[in-house]
Amino acid sequence: MNARPLAAGLALALLVLASLGTGAARIDLAAGGGWTTLVLMESRLPRTLAVLLTGAALAVAGTVIQSLVRNRFVGPDTAGTGESAALGLLGITLLAPAAPIWIKMVAASLAAMAGTALFLAIVRRLPVREVMLVPIAGLVLSGIIGSVVTWIAWEADLLQFVGTWLGSGEFSGVIAGRYELLWIAGAAAGLAWFAADRFAILSLGDGVAIGLGLSTRGVMRLGMVVVSVVSALVVTTVGMIPFVGLVVPNIVARIMGDNLRASIPVVAAGGAGLLLACDLLGRIVRHPYEIPVGTILGIAGSVIFLWLLYRPVSHG
Amino acid sequence: MIRINGLTHRIGATPILHDIDLTLPRGKLIALIGPNGAGKSTLLRLVARLEPLQAGRIEIDGLDLATTGTERLALAMAVMGQQTHVASRLRVAELVGFGRWPHHHGRPRAADREAVEQALDAFGLTPLRHRFLDEISGGQAQRAHLAMTFAQGTDWLLLDEPLNNLDMAHSRTLMARLADLVGARGRSVLTVVHEVNYAAAWADHIIAMKDGRIVAEGAPETVLTEPVLSALYDTPIEVSRHDDRPLVLHHHWHDQLGSPFPKPSDDTLRVLH
Repeated sequence: MNARPLAAGLALALLVLASLGTGAARIDLAAGGGWTTLVLMESRLPRTLAVLLTGAALAVAGTVIQSLVRNRFVGPDTAGTGESAALGLLGITLLAPAAPIWIKMVAASLAAMAGTALFLAIVRRLPVREVMLVPIAGLVLSGIIGSVVTWIAWEADLLQFVGTWLGSGEFSGVIAGRYELLWIAGAAAGLAWFAADRFAILSLGDGVAIGLGLSTRGVMRLGMVVVSVVSALVVTTVGMIPFVGLVVPNIVARIMGDNLRASIPVVAAGGAGLLLACDLLGRIVRHPYEIPVGTILGIAGSVIFLWLLYRPVSHG
Repeated sequence: MIRINGLTHRIGATPILHDIDLTLPRGKLIALIGPNGAGKSTLLRLVARLEPLQAGRIEIDGLDLATTGTERLALAMAVMGQQTHVASRLRVAELVGFGRWPHHHGRPRAADREAVEQALDAFGLTPLRHRFLDEISGGQAQRAHLAMTFAQGTDWLLLDEPLNNLDMAHSRTLMARLADLVGARGRSVLTVVHEVNYAAAWADHIIAMKDGRIVAEGAPETVLTEPVLSALYDTPIEVSRHDDRPLVLHHHWHDQLGSPFPKPSDDTLRVLH
């Protein structure tokens, strides 16, 4: 049993090394030197960290939203959260273009929270047995908010600006100084781990949660903060990253179940590994050019998701 | 002791409970019986604080439900609702372990682990401890939920139709366990029971409800009588006695009910057979 985490850790370490050594610029990790250090510290390391943080945070946010709505077929990217964050950022950009970056992030997070709250309110009205209505509701809500964003951006001549958030997410623009906000997303995911038992209990149903003395509203609110902050920071820093928050929690739950205190670290590592592998692939396929990681994930993620859909459902 | 005063409840415009006053003694197995829609589950859910109180007052062992925090109440009563079928993929031992959450909030101590082992053992779940809830039968999952409720270690256990999903053997074992919890360990159980004979055989105290009111209350002998039950269920019911306890006969006086279906002719029966 102890071999598995070790092997997984080793695989992640190899991916990190490969990521540090892969890129358009030619560097020699063994020889070192000023140029190598510059490329590493300014580009490769920030990019690798950004990918790891994004993957981990999105996967954990996926686990959280799945336990809030008690449905495995949703992710932070299919609940209208990212589009709402983009709407918030667009709003603050139009109203106060000179606002400092942290105010913009707060605005994006608050808008993401409002969007997630709307999604949760809709989901709570759906019949519990209709498992597939939840993801459909999420996709419709995402589509509506996304089209509002596009319309406003079109009117305000900001379409290109918005494109970087709603388009395929990618990490080629990440250099030192332009990714550090993702640490906050990582911290939010850490907060989810801190409250892991509460989310696990809430996913057993309101009745069980209240019976055990949990404030269901408090846990819901905490979950919304985690999901919204992660989505807002990821969307505004690197753009939309699909599927990570959907498939990684599913695969981990399949293997080790929903005891979130034990599984959240694995979910985080899995998300980081999957995203890094896809980003690496995007850098290698037509080197020295790049394919956005969002595109790679669109293919890889939809294949995994189809597999998850067609595999016999064990509950219900 | 649970004291209920002036409890009235409505869902939308529909009245569910009418001005209920009730005192539930400690150390007894109390069964709530009555026809569908009598308000049994609503009453239990209100006592369990699963529904917000609209009018009236509920006190459990001196704690006022309206003013006591839900965390504190989780140390006084454990609740099992009707819906125990969840999509969550937890192992049996992990689910039962959450029963100790009100005591340790995430940091289980030796006493908590001990209580979980006892609960697994008491409900015959030790062999299933590593199995996922979605891989065992509905009856086994039901037992796992009950074991969680038991592990919570509260004086009061509130159960909403715990015999759902259980076959006869498991229903019987469950009622015997509840009776044992009360008799040997001094716990107090309030449970909604649909099948009157389980109440007849195991309960110490029976509350009969109809149309949101308490119709009768007391020892099984005084509540499970022909006049009370016949009026309660609006159908003629015969009660016999067995082992010094009432026994409700389902098949007697059947012809008095009449049948909505025309009696099949002998020819039809011959063809069917």
